[in-house]
Amino acid sequence: MPLLELRNVEARYGPIKALHGVSLTLDEGEIVALLGANGAGKTTTLRAISGAVRKTGEIAFDGRSIAQRSTERVAQLGVGHVPEGRGLFAELSVWDNLRMGAYVRGERKTFKQEAPRVLGYFPWLEARKYQQAGTLSGGEQQMLSLARALVSRPRLLMLDEPSLGLAPTVVQELFAIVKQLNADEGLSVLVVEQNANIALDASARAYVLEVGKIAVEGTSAELRRHEGVRRSYLGY
Amino acid sequence: MAEFLQQVVSGLASGAIYASLALALVLIYRATDVINFSQGEMATFTTYVAWSLMNHGVAYWPAFVLTLAIAFLGGVAVERVVIRPVEHRPEIVIVIVTIGMLIAINGLTGWIWGADVKSFDSPFPNTTHDIAGVTVSTRDLGTMGVCLVTVVALWTFFRFTTLGLALRASAVNPQASRLLGVRVGWMLALGWGLAAVLGAVAGMMAAPTIFLDPSMMLIVLIYAFASAVLGGIDSPIGAVVGGLLLGVIVNVLGAYVVPAELRLPTALAILLLVLVIRPQGLFGHLAVQRV
Amino acid sequence: MNPYALSALKVAFFAAAAGLVAVLPRHMGEFRLSQFTFVAIYFIALLGLNILTGYNGQISLGHGAFMMVGAYVSAVLSLGRPGLEALLFEPPDWLPLGDGLRPIFTLPVAGLITGVVGLLFGLPALRLAGVSLALATFAVAVSLPQLAKWARLEDLPGGGGGLVLNLPTTPFGWDISTRHWLYYEAWVTAGILFLAAWLLVRGRVGRAWRAIRDGEIAAAASGVSPAAYKTFAFGVSSFYAGVAGALLAIEVSYVNPDTFPLSLSILLLASVVVGGLGSLSGVIFGALLLEFLPIYAQDPPFTDSALSKQAPGVVFGVLLILIMFLIPGGAAGLLRRATAAFVRRLRRPPELPASSTTR
Repeated sequence: MPLLELRNVEARYGPIKALHGVSLTLDEGEIVALLGANGAGKTTTLRAISGAVRKTGEIAFDGRSIAQRSTERVAQLGVGHVPEGRGLFAELSVWDNLRMGAYVRGERKTFKQEAPRVLGYFPWLEARKYQQAGTLSGGEQQMLSLARALVSRPRLLMLDEPSLGLAPTVVQELFAIVKQLNADEGLSVLVVEQNANIALDASARAYVLEVGKIAVEGTSAELRRHEGVRRSYLGY
Repeated sequence: MAEFLQQVVSGLASGAIYASLALALVLIYRATDVINFSQGEMATFTTYVAWSLMNHGVAYWPAFVLTLAIAFLGGVAVERVVIRPVEHRPEIVIVIVTIGMLIAINGLTGWIWGADVKSFDSPFPNTTHDIAGVTVSTRDLGTMGVCLVTVVALWTFFRFTTLGLALRASAVNPQASRLLGVRVGWMLALGWGLAAVLGAVAGMMAAPTIFLDPSMMLIVLIYAFASAVLGGIDSPIGAVVGGLLLGVIVNVLGAYVVPAELRLPTALAILLLVLVIRPQGLFGHLAVQRV
Repeated sequence: MNPYALSALKVAFFAAAAGLVAVLPRHMGEFRLSQFTFVAIYFIALLGLNILTGYNGQISLGHGAFMMVGAYVSAVLSLGRPGLEALLFEPPDWLPLGDGLRPIFTLPVAGLITGVVGLLFGLPALRLAGVSLALATFAVAVSLPQLAKWARLEDLPGGGGGLVLNLPTTPFGWDISTRHWLYYEAWVTAGILFLAAWLLVRGRVGRAWRAIRDGEIAAAASGVSPAAYKTFAFGVSSFYAGVAGALLAIEVSYVNPDTFPLSLSILLLASVVVGGLGSLSGVIFGALLLEFLPIYAQDPPFTDSALSKQAPGVVFGVLLILIMFLIPGGAAGLLRRATAAFVRRLRRPPELPASSTTR
């Protein structure tokens, strides 16, 4: 049984349909990439899973239907969502941001347990604990947002365009950490990316969304060889 | 000099009341992005509740605590019932709804308890102390003490508890809070409840001096507006500092410079001046215009 | 919807309204008539407030104070030199005051002066959006009466804590009572100002106002200057408030700061919302409500029980909240929906069920 399964999910913003029946699966311990151009519906797919947008169709997480659940309830089930734009609490300190990651599972105890583990991946956070999150650099903010999601020990991590606006070396570093987490803890990851190259590097399988529909799917290696994907998303 | 200091101290006492109500306004502004025009009337209503309790033989401090609890529940209920349906509507709609509450609660208070002026007990004796040559009334000290304890308790809650953290987070970024499992709707309600508690404290501290009548907090509310704007409408520290500062300024100016009738216009002149010259106030952040 | 049918309905509606206003005095006593004069006065003030709030999206909680400015201007002018002397102590000789103007001639002056006051206030207010503006106007609503008290305007000639005016006489030797004359004066003024507002709102200026209301940045990007138009809206709105205040002063022949309390400003805003933001004809419902709700909510008709003096407040407040919940368009919005449904039914063969649902 897959950890996450979407069947024929449709979503709309007012009169505009953003998803025209998206189906995808993700197995426990897998990294899956969701590729596509601007406006293809990548972010909407993640928001649909998180219950942040109205939709029809079926979404199952760990065998349970979550299509009708509120965002908070989906988070409680163990879906960590690093949203587009990072979703940090800009006015709060780095530490308070991290603590919020533990909120969903009982802040005090969870944070005490999980903080050392997470800081192992992001040791620099400790020295910056009192700094306002909004004053971090873009790359640091993305790392903090990822770290915050990890504090809750999610069963599924969803990353929305983590590479957006970051320098290539920072992107490399970020994906290295994600792969490391996958290898160390068997963390399942659904990553949305426009940067197909790096996402296909990190993932085992991938889907390509075009105008709200899955256009191509397969293993990342297959997609690299796929003529259309190569032309449109890899640029060679 | 001693007389001047006396004016400062009694200004601080009124300032503590303005600060409490201003803090209530700031709490709601941060949570809901709107000024609650009914904050004063909510405070008046709860002060009448306290009056009723004491009239039925409850001693002052038990009545005080009970009133705070009722105020909290009332604030939560108001958010759930009245504000929630318009939460995502334009600012102007929410403002009008709070103005509707101002009118309705004011009327309701008069309907239930009558429009005549009532006296309200102070828990503090009507005595004075001589501190380094400055005569200070026990009432002023007590008022300052109660407001200070409330503010510190609230600060501790926000600073050191998980719930307080979640409340702050919800105010800063509600969408992200939801993704982290926070039930933001209830956080807003909690914010309204706490604001109502602050208002109740302000009301019960103000009532012995200004007497109980259905519109008694309207003037205090205006001072609180001015305080919140002076300190920065999105800054809790600003509200407290602004309240104390305004209390002193108005009291000292009222004693030496402007006639007593002009105290309120003075506060309002300060409000207008701050809005025009430095809209973010002393401690606030400049609002970024949303495109 | 058929635009001709709607226009015809509108014209019929206004003709009926005008006719009603004209014949009303034949069927009621002077006391009741005076209440309807007040409806006209509120109608004018609410027109101005709706221009500002409904069409331009700026909240004002200070219109009662602007009415007070108009009332004092009118009172002082109609008292003439003694009135101004009481205010300025020594008015310059070149002012052609004499023994005072006939009250009706003070209306435009009161409007203009209040309009200028509004413009001056609108300038700093430009920097304030939404809530800050509401606060600033709130401040004005509270301060102006206080300032008037401090300046002892209430001790001007006449004594008794306010400015006492003479009730004007009916001109041209008309055979109607002064109350009737004032009624017509108020309603004719209201009619003229309604027409002016209508022309203003549906023209270029109105389009600019609405564009700014619906998105200031987008409006600025398409070449509309928000600063100029917002200030202008404040000016126009204050002009209306000034005229309304002047008419009020004439009608009650008495002005003092307590005539214009903060609650008047608040209730004006509430009435505009009830009538319908952004609807000029809806204003009439707001005006009727503002005049009659306090009377009927205290003593509800068809029952013996008299409610508390505070009941109108509760009704007003709850009504305001419910309207925001259910019908943001106010009474006018409700009427518009009903008319639309009615017109549709006229155009459709009755045996066919309506297929398209309307909200």
